[in-house]
Amino acid sequence: MTAEQLLFLAVGAVTLIASILVVTSPRLVHAGLWLILALAGVAVLFVLLENGFLAVVQVAIYIDAIAILIIIVVMLTRAVMRETDPQINRTWVLAGMAALLLFGSLLAIVLQLPAPIRPALLDPESGLDVLGKALVDVNGFILPFEIASVLLVAALIGAIVVARAPMRGD
Amino acid sequence: MVPLTWYLILAAAIFCVGLFGVLARRNAVAIIMGIELMLNAVNLNLLAFWRYQSPADVAGQVFVIIVFAVAAAEAAVGLALIISIYRRRTTVSPEEIDLLKW
Repeated sequence: MTAEQLLFLAVGAVTLIASILVVTSPRLVHAGLWLILALAGVAVLFVLLENGFLAVVQVAIYIDAIAILIIIVVMLTRAVMRETDPQINRTWVLAGMAALLLFGSLLAIVLQLPAPIRPALLDPESGLDVLGKALVDVNGFILPFEIASVLLVAALIGAIVVARAPMRGD
Repeated sequence: MVPLTWYLILAAAIFCVGLFGVLARRNAVAIIMGIELMLNAVNLNLLAFWRYQSPADVAGQVFVIIVFAVAAAEAAVGLALIISIYRRRTTVSPEEIDLLKW
């Protein structure tokens, strides 16, 4: 067992435990903080996959923007759900069975996959600049890239319109 | 080196934990947290496949970036909806948001 495997096991265990605590923690602010730990674990796994750029993007977008936004909304809406109330609904047994069933079938598929043991050789030429050029290349991914930017603008405007204070008489 | 299977199993586990959260939590914000976990598991899967199968191809990374953008949009709109519902009906529990149910 190499050092990399040990590191993967440690980070993977932390990520998995943090994500289990996200869905089971009775206090939502704690769940949000566990979510940050789980997202950071995924960022470390991105580094293990030798993609430092996407790890940084993961930290900047997921931890910085999304997780903080979620925690702020938890704090804004905290008054309605008391922590003594059950945080899990009546059909959680069914939900757990569905999740376990999905995990079992995914495991069965993954284990019979002819998966490579070691990663392919990383071409030193295919670095960040290749990715950046491909994103704005007409023959590359400019259409999904622009659609994503339009989607983000639409989501921003939509979020402002939806979340503004209701007008009198609404 | 870490075998690809390990990454796939871990991603599947995180995805199923997120699915459980989406199905079982009573708070809409917690449901969004579950969705974020699921999206993260998918990203991990995509990037692992990119690294082990075709690192010369940028498509895997582009896919992850698009998922990032969609996740940010989804979180913004979803949380705006939750705040709007909270303002109008003082609840964040999907069980009580039954205006469109009959």
